[in-house]
Amino acid sequence: MKILLAVKRVVDYNIKVRIKPDGSNVDIDGVKMGINPFDENAIEEALRLKEQGVATEIVAVSLGTSANQDVLRHSLAMGVDRAILLETDADLQPLRVAKLLKAIVTREQPDLIILGKQAIDDDAGQTGQMLAALLNYPQGTFASTLEVNVNEVKVTREVDGGTETIALALPAVITADLRLNDPRFVKLPNLMMARKKPIETINASELGIDLAPSLKLLQVNEPAARKVGIKVGSVKELLEKLRTHEGILV
Amino acid sequence: MTILILAEHDGNQLSPSVQQAVTAAQFWNSSVHVLIAGNGSDAINQQAASIQGVERVISSTAKHLEHPLAEDVANLIVSISDDYEVILAAHSSFSRNALPRVAALLDVEMISDVLNINGNNTYVRAIYAGNILTTIQSTDTVQVLTIHGSKFTAASLGNNAKIISIETPAAYDKARWLSEVRSQSDRPALNSAKVVISGGRSLGSAERFEQVLSPLASKLGAALGATRAAVDAGFASNDIQVGQTGVVVAPELYIAIGVSGAVQHTYGMKDSRIVVAINQDPDAPIFQVADYGLVADLFEAVPALTAAI
Repeated sequence: MKILLAVKRVVDYNIKVRIKPDGSNVDIDGVKMGINPFDENAIEEALRLKEQGVATEIVAVSLGTSANQDVLRHSLAMGVDRAILLETDADLQPLRVAKLLKAIVTREQPDLIILGKQAIDDDAGQTGQMLAALLNYPQGTFASTLEVNVNEVKVTREVDGGTETIALALPAVITADLRLNDPRFVKLPNLMMARKKPIETINASELGIDLAPSLKLLQVNEPAARKVGIKVGSVKELLEKLRTHEGILV
Repeated sequence: MTILILAEHDGNQLSPSVQQAVTAAQFWNSSVHVLIAGNGSDAINQQAASIQGVERVISSTAKHLEHPLAEDVANLIVSISDDYEVILAAHSSFSRNALPRVAALLDVEMISDVLNINGNNTYVRAIYAGNILTTIQSTDTVQVLTIHGSKFTAASLGNNAKIISIETPAAYDKARWLSEVRSQSDRPALNSAKVVISGGRSLGSAERFEQVLSPLASKLGAALGATRAAVDAGFASNDIQVGQTGVVVAPELYIAIGVSGAVQHTYGMKDSRIVVAINQDPDAPIFQVADYGLVADLFEAVPALTAAI
């Protein structure tokens, strides 16, 4: 079984992003970047399926500029077999990403495609579902457990108020939740070896897909902060404030 | 122009978030239709028809819609999409699953978790875990979006909209629903509770999470929430995680206990009317979003608070 992974390069999750002085966009020049955390769960799951003898080949693809080689090297260091960079400097929105990934799926013919459930930069959470739609494949989103049987994958999904289990015919698209697994740490020797592995580069413009965004960014702002509150000295004072100032817990 | 709202329900009850979606839809000043995909619950159709501002309830009934899969919901919406310029739903795991599929089938981008709707297909939504707000304009011919429920007041009831039945497309044959596990709780639902009490990693264990927070929750009729750290540590179940990747809540009163206040968490609770934080660390970021902060040992303060109420 062949697994395709899509990995995104995003601002490191520990960094508080700021706005450019001219207010046109967020300022990510020189900011520490890394692999989208949910995509690491996707990689880990693929590696486990290979270790169980279920998967035979794992291919990771990333979309963006040559800077994206770092997340592909990270993927290779974790244990992915092959890496593809779909090179473009376009501002990619989820439907365009899904269309580009579809082109790779058509070429690679994977049995299972695993993506993170959302990227922590735009927080859209759409690409996996869109890719499944474009391929007319079934989808298992927000997955917390996966179980592959012969021609089927059983997926337990994290939904509001509990979990849901569904069965999908292969090929299928899965989006990984954080609970799917704990991604392994990358060992330094593996990282060194990953530097020597080839990354296949495809120019996105060769795929004939219109990448012009249909969502225009007009403005970015910092959200209004909540009004500054007060510190109270005791439980008694807390209750007093809530009762007299807020009229609750009376 | 006409607007279609994808309604969420559990087979018996319409989700209260549909009322918020109806309010959001009023922005366009056009006809609003509500789509109920299910296995024939008249009660749910009636509940949707009673929402003020709804012109028509579209009922799609089929055995395979008893537990609606994203594939079937998407195919259903696409089968009637010619009639609509806007397709929207309240943001939830249900709509997040189905609507991106709809958008892709209609060859349009989708706008997730909209905080504010402006004119000319312009929307405000958050990125980077709520740290940044963006204003974006869609040039697509059909607008597909989810709205951030707590930013829109619930439309009132008392209407009697027309209910019509439509033909349901055949079941998608590559996906099957198998089972579900609903968290059993006597407490109110987290996303609609008036009071929410959330615990963080400082609670130390699943036992203490329950021991310390439960009595207070019972006394206040509150729902329990948890931070991602507390969930990852195994103190609380996944489905009560409040935050960017969990549930977003906006109760009258939010009590954060032993919660540090990571942006991931505060994204999910900062629309609460009153926020109370109890934490031993005076520098914890949670105090920056709290109306009332108490620097104290939670293992002493929470029982004292419970006893005093």
